[in-house]
Amino acid sequence: MPTTLILVTIAALTVVGYFLGRGRAVEVAEGRLARLHSVPSYHGAFVALWAGLPALVLLAVWILAEGPAVMALVLARLPEALVAVDEQTLSLLRSDILNLAHGVSNGRAPDPLISDAADFYNQLHGLAEGCLVVLGAVAGLIGLKHARSRITRDLRARNLVERALNIALVLCSLVAILTTVGIVLSLLFEAIQFFSMIPITDFLFGLHWNPQAAFSGDAAGSFGAVPLFTGTLLITVIAMVVAVPVGLLAAVYMSEYAGPTMRSVAKPVLEILAGIPTVVYGFFAALTMAPVIRDLGMAAGLDVSSQSALAAGLVMGIMIIPFVSSLSDDVINAVPQALRDGSYGLGATKSETIREIVLPAALPGIVGAVMLAISRAIGETMIVAMAAGLSANLTANPFAAVTTVTVQIASTIRGDQEFNSPKTLSVFGLGLVLFVVTLILNVVALRVVQKYREKYD
Amino acid sequence: MMKIEVATRTPVGDKSLKCQSIPIKIAAMKVDVYYGAKQALKAINLHVENYRVMALIGPSGCGKSTFLRCLNRMNDTIDICRVDGRIELDGVDIYAKSIDTVQLRARVGMVFQKPNPFPKSIYDNIAYGPRIHGLAQRGPEMDEIVQSSLERAGLWNEVKDRLNEPGTGLSGGQQQRLCIARAIAVSPEVILMDEPCSALDPIATAHIEELIDELRENFTIVIVTHNMQQAARVSQKTAFFHLGEMVECNDTEEIFTNPVDERTQGYITGRYG
Ligand SMILES: Nc1ncnc2c1ncn2[C@@H]1O[C@H](COP(=O)(O)OP(=O)(O)O)[C@@H](O)[C@H]1O
Ligand SMILES: [Mg+2]
Repeated sequence: MPTTLILVTIAALTVVGYFLGRGRAVEVAEGRLARLHSVPSYHGAFVALWAGLPALVLLAVWILAEGPAVMALVLARLPEALVAVDEQTLSLLRSDILNLAHGVSNGRAPDPLISDAADFYNQLHGLAEGCLVVLGAVAGLIGLKHARSRITRDLRARNLVERALNIALVLCSLVAILTTVGIVLSLLFEAIQFFSMIPITDFLFGLHWNPQAAFSGDAAGSFGAVPLFTGTLLITVIAMVVAVPVGLLAAVYMSEYAGPTMRSVAKPVLEILAGIPTVVYGFFAALTMAPVIRDLGMAAGLDVSSQSALAAGLVMGIMIIPFVSSLSDDVINAVPQALRDGSYGLGATKSETIREIVLPAALPGIVGAVMLAISRAIGETMIVAMAAGLSANLTANPFAAVTTVTVQIASTIRGDQEFNSPKTLSVFGLGLVLFVVTLILNVVALRVVQKYREKYD
Repeated sequence: MMKIEVATRTPVGDKSLKCQSIPIKIAAMKVDVYYGAKQALKAINLHVENYRVMALIGPSGCGKSTFLRCLNRMNDTIDICRVDGRIELDGVDIYAKSIDTVQLRARVGMVFQKPNPFPKSIYDNIAYGPRIHGLAQRGPEMDEIVQSSLERAGLWNEVKDRLNEPGTGLSGGQQQRLCIARAIAVSPEVILMDEPCSALDPIATAHIEELIDELRENFTIVIVTHNMQQAARVSQKTAFFHLGEMVECNDTEEIFTNPVDERTQGYITGRYG
C-alpha cells in the first residue's frame, strides 16, 4: 500500500513537474519562444524526469535494502545464543520471524522471543515505509526544484531529454539481450556438468536411450541420444513432406491465381490454422489421426502401433502449412511485377511464368521459409508427446512409435526431480543440441532470405 | 522554341511509297479502354503500317502505355481493365474469342520501360521464349537462335564470352538490349516498346535508337517516347495522344513541322508536357 502511495506521489510530481517546467520555459522566453534552445515541452519533460527519476531510483534502492537492514536490526536485539548459530539455522530463524510478522502461522505456538522479534520487525517495517513516502516526496520535490531552477534560455533540454530516452531504450534492449545470454550460459554450464558424468561421445553417438536405467547403477550406457535425433528427424521429414508442397502451392495459388474475394477468405482461414494451440493439434493427432492411420494400416495388412510417427508428423505438417504458405506468399509477392510482365510479353502462360520465372526468382526466399519451418518442427513438443509416444525406438519406420528430443526434455522435467542426477541434467545436453541445431538453421535461413532481399531493393 | 531534327535516315523510297497503299499491320478502330469506371482511352482510331516505326507521343497519363498494351493484350493481366472496340492484326480481330494470347504475344513482342531481364543467365534469358514456344530444343539449334538474336540486338560482341553469367549483371543499356534480343528471339512481327530508353544514359539511348532503325527492316515497331527528338529520329509516323484521345497522326515530318491541331503544336513546342 505505501508503495502504491509513493508511486502515485511520484507520478503526480512528474505531471506537475512537466507543467511547471513548460511554464517556466515560456516565462524565460519572455514572449519569443524562438529564443529558447529547445521547445518548451522539452523543458517540461526535463523537469518531469528530474522529479520522477531520482525518486524512483530511491524507491528501488530502498525496496532492495530495507528488508535485510530491518532484519539485521531485529536479529541484533535477539539474545546472543539464538543468533550465534550456523547459516542454515539462522535462515530458518529469519523465515520464522518473517512468517510470524506476515501472520502466517506454522501451527505451533510461537516462541515468545520470536513473536517479540516479529512485532519489532513489523514496527520497524512500518516506520521504514513511512520514511520512504516522505523521502520519496522530498526527493521528487528537490529534483523538481533543482531542474526548474536550471531552466534558462540556453538550456539544451531537448538534448538532455533525448539522451535520457536513449539510455532508457538501451536498458530495455539490454534486458532482452542479457536474458538470452543468461539462458544460453546456464544451458551451457549445466550441459558441461552433464557431460562430466556422461561422456559427450556416448551421448551424441550412443544408440540406446533409457534414462530410467541410471537409477539401477547402469548410468553410462543409457544416455545415447541417437534414437531421439532419428525420431526428431523422422517426424520432421514427414511434417515437411506435408507442409512444403501444400504450403508452397497454397502460396502460389493465393498470390498468383486467387481473386480478391477468394484471397480475403482464404488468408484469414490459413491464419486461423496458425492460431490453433498446439495442444489442440496434439490431441487431434492422438485421438483422431492415430486411430485412423492404425485402422488404415491394419486394413492394408501393416503393423501400425497406436502411437505412430506418421500421425504426429502428418498433424505437425498441417500445423506448419500456414507458416510455410504465408512466408512463401510474402517472397512470391516480392518478385517484381516487371518480371511477370516480361514473361507474359513473350507469350508465356501463367503456369510457365510461375514455374520458370516467379518460383526461381523467389527460390532463395522459399528456401529460407522452409528452413524456418524445419526449425519450428524440430522444436515442436506437444503434438509428438501426445501422438508419437515416449519410447525411444531407433527406427525409420513411420508406423512405429518414436520420441523426439523435445518430448524427452518435457517428460523428464515433469514431476519432482533431484536436480543433480544425470537423468535430470540430460535435458541440458538435449537442450543444447536442440539450441545449436535450430540456431544454425535460423541463421542460415535469415542469411538466405536477406541475400534475396538485397537483390531487388 | 525547341529545335527538332526530323528523321534523316528515312529511306529514299518512302516519299513515293506514300501514295501507294502501304499494307496496314495493325488497325485500331474505336478503341475505348476503361480502368474500372475510369475511361483511359476514348475512341482511338489508328493504323500502323508494316515495317515502319510508329511513335506515340503525348503528356504523361494520356494513355500511350495503355494503348500499347492493348496491342498485345497485356491489359488482360490487369483485372479492372476493359477494352472495347476492335483491334486487327493483319485484318484479324485480336480480341476475338478464337485468339490465343500466347500466340498473339509471340507475334507481338514487347519491351518495357525499365529493363527487366529475368534472374537467369544471359543465354537462358534469350532461350526462354523460343523454348516455351517450342521453336527449338536445347542444343545447336538454340545456340543459333541465341546468337542471332543477340547479334541483331547488337549485344553479341559484348556478351559472347559470358553467356552463362546472370543477365541482371549487365549495365542498364545492355540489359535493355538483352530484353530486345529476348523479344526478337521468338521471331515476332511487331515489337512494342514502352519508353525503352527512359531509364538509360544518352550513349545507351543512341545505341538503342540505332538498333530500332535497323530492326525496321524486319519488324513493325510501335514505340512510346517522351523524347520528341527521339520520335523524330526513329519514327516514320507519329501519333499524338492527349487526355485519352488520339489527337493527330501523320508522317513524323509533318507532325513536327506542320502540326494541324493546336494541342499538338502546343506539346511539340513545349508549351505543356
Ligand atoms: N493499372 C491501372 N489501373 C488503373 N488505372 C490505370 C492503370 N494503368 C494506367 N491507368 C490510368 O490510365 C491513364 C493512362 O495511363 P498510361 O497509359 O500509363 O499513360 P501514359 O503511358 O501515357 O503516361 C492514367 O490516368 C492512369 O492513371
Ligand atoms: Mg507510360
